[in-house]
Amino acid sequence: MANVLTAAPHSEEDVLIEQMGYDDHFHEHHDGDKFQSNFITTYIFSQDHKMIAKQFLITGMFWGVIGGLMSLVFRLQLGFPEESMAWLKPVLGKWIEINAETGMGALSPDFYYALVTMHGTILVFFVLTAGLSGTFSNLLIPLQLGARDMASPLLNMMSYWFFFLAGVIMFISLFLNTGPFSGGWTAYPPLSALPQASTGSGAGMTLWLISLVFFVVSVLLGGINYITTVLNLRTKGMNMWRMPLTIWAFFVTAILGLLSFPVLASAFFLVMCDRGLGTSFFLNEIFIGGQALDHVGGSPVLYQHLFWFLGHPEVYIIILPAMGIVSEVLAVHSRKPVFGYKAMVFSILAIGFLSFIVWAHHMFMSGVNPFISNFFVVFTLIIAVPSAVKVFNWIATLFGGNIRFTAASLFGIGFVSMFISGGLTGIFLGNSAIDIQMHDTYFVVAHFHIVMGVAAFFGMFAGVYHWFPKMYGRFMNETLGKLHFWGTMVGAYLIFWPMHYIGMAGVPRRYYRFDTFQSFSQFDDMNKFITIAAIVTFGFQLILIINFFYSIWYGKKVTEKNPWGATTLEWTTEVDPGHGNWAGKLPVVHRWAYDYAKDGQDFISQITPLKEGEIETH
Amino acid sequence: MSTLENTVYSRNKIHPQKFALLVSCASVVMLFAALTSAYVVRQAAGNWLEFPMPVLFLYSTLTLIVSSLTLHFSYKGFLAGNVKSYKYLLLLTFALGVLFIYLQYKGWMALVSMGVELGTNPSGSFLYVLSGLHAAHILGGLAAVFVAILHAFILPYEVSAKRKLRFEMTQIYWHFVDILWIYLIVFLWLQQQS
Repeated sequence: MANVLTAAPHSEEDVLIEQMGYDDHFHEHHDGDKFQSNFITTYIFSQDHKMIAKQFLITGMFWGVIGGLMSLVFRLQLGFPEESMAWLKPVLGKWIEINAETGMGALSPDFYYALVTMHGTILVFFVLTAGLSGTFSNLLIPLQLGARDMASPLLNMMSYWFFFLAGVIMFISLFLNTGPFSGGWTAYPPLSALPQASTGSGAGMTLWLISLVFFVVSVLLGGINYITTVLNLRTKGMNMWRMPLTIWAFFVTAILGLLSFPVLASAFFLVMCDRGLGTSFFLNEIFIGGQALDHVGGSPVLYQHLFWFLGHPEVYIIILPAMGIVSEVLAVHSRKPVFGYKAMVFSILAIGFLSFIVWAHHMFMSGVNPFISNFFVVFTLIIAVPSAVKVFNWIATLFGGNIRFTAASLFGIGFVSMFISGGLTGIFLGNSAIDIQMHDTYFVVAHFHIVMGVAAFFGMFAGVYHWFPKMYGRFMNETLGKLHFWGTMVGAYLIFWPMHYIGMAGVPRRYYRFDTFQSFSQFDDMNKFITIAAIVTFGFQLILIINFFYSIWYGKKVTEKNPWGATTLEWTTEVDPGHGNWAGKLPVVHRWAYDYAKDGQDFISQITPLKEGEIETH
Repeated sequence: MSTLENTVYSRNKIHPQKFALLVSCASVVMLFAALTSAYVVRQAAGNWLEFPMPVLFLYSTLTLIVSSLTLHFSYKGFLAGNVKSYKYLLLLTFALGVLFIYLQYKGWMALVSMGVELGTNPSGSFLYVLSGLHAAHILGGLAAVFVAILHAFILPYEVSAKRKLRFEMTQIYWHFVDILWIYLIVFLWLQQQS
């Protein structure tokens, strides 16, 4: 036992772990930590879940900036189609077309579509899937369950590097002579299945497909690990009903990903066959330039079924981790137990289940039989029930709480606001009759940006501010955090609220310009306003980035193990936990994760045994 | 590896790696479930070329079933200390796996000679895609069996927990791709009857 790294106990929790902890003989086997022995194994090819979480987060931030900047470029086109964009020529090169007579620079329509496509792909997959669930599942699953690491650290590392590779390939596609893929993030055939369909459908689409196949591999490797870890590596006493809601959310997210991403892979595989091998799964009697192609007998709607069988669970893959994070953050910062813990769990499970049987609500206008639409309308609207249960419980958690308005809790509250606003418009769109008017308009853009874009970002921000002390042993600046919150909160509503009106008037999304539509000219000023709001809101995100990187090196140091006064296990480790997370024995869990304001105590850690006669809350 | 072994508690009924393998099998099931349901939807839409299934696919199915049996008895031999049957049945399993791929290839050639090529009609395209993707999974299984052969012939014989786990996982995967093919062939046969 000579080389056992046992920290000197200095708090009540340490004493508890020392006396009652579970000895798994972890440190006896580690002669010289091979996991963190040099720069490469510590920072690059790390197998430590905490480092992999940071890698996911920072890569996600990189892509967030790229995807955000893209949206600003196409917003400039939409808001100010008459202004010259020649000043962007040094960056965008030939995609800014200069009119020889007037000297005016205009964004190339081809590149406009490419930007819209890339913005969607990057934000949905790279930022809000990998950056959100990759970061926090990796960081919190082992720490909150009392595990030394993931079930397979090697697969976990590979999960990150497949994601990285997917990113590199997508990044390369931005610099192609023919431009990146431009057929929309959903990659519907024929634009995706015919290389000659548009400029971006050639090499751009090939790279897009390869990139996303790597991404699917990354999600599957990650998901297999998360599920196995949650089911197999919980510490002693951590039964499923004692798991924090974060873990429940990550667990269901991983199951959704594991069951839906292979379906996307199968759709991509068939698209590849159509592109390269002359099959006609999705192509039917197409003429290009007056010439009939060989393809006969395919069905583009079949692709839409396969795509949305992933596509709809995908939006829950994005929002569920945010929901879990918000539940945890709101409970900690309002010093109250989560209201209706079991109802929250069952809601997560219900949302996860329902997400698999609503996919065709994305296809009401694709020629799906209207009687089949009825089925999907009913199940879509039923999702409002577990969602409403969750919203009610968040508000009830906050109600009467001793709320600490930190940046983390503000983003948590902002999430609830965004989720309500965006969720309500979902009830409109879920009706197949109303969808006849609303589909493919800015109403849809407003709906999903608020409910899964901004809301998921708010969950992510809440998580970053809340767990930053655990990741880097320092705090982020609270003042800058609050500034970031108010700028983003107000800015996001200013961007997306007006879009509802534009959409209700029937303005279609994805159009390059509207000057041929007389009736839409009344929205020119609103489009200008949205563009300005988007630029300002993006500026507020720079505050987060500066705050994040400044705080890594110069933030206020965390001096105590449990700065927020939270009950969960990640706060019983050292301030900067090494590989294996706990210096000595593993903690043993005796109670659920939300014992706040119980028996006159502010909070009771999960590792504190029940007192004589005390009844465990659920 | 060492992290894993150290965090495995005795109360676990199933080894995490084995569990992870089962979870990944679930995702492979989803891959083929998606393709076969696409098959059903596409077939119902009409313009569907009917053709008889080459009898070679029946032979390949039988080969694969036999290979599962040889692997099973190889494992029995491994546990019982019957080193000879452990080693040679493992080799036989590998050979049967290669034979399966060869028979699939001959089956595809038979389809081509029938005039059913990859791009002829979605009914044929689906058959090629389903059997081709399945063959890719068999190749993965062959790699696993090959590693098991290396273990059997290079490492000294012992029935340790680690060796047992590796062998069990090879076996689970091989049986899984076997059952997957049986599902596919029965599915294709039933769809051709309808």
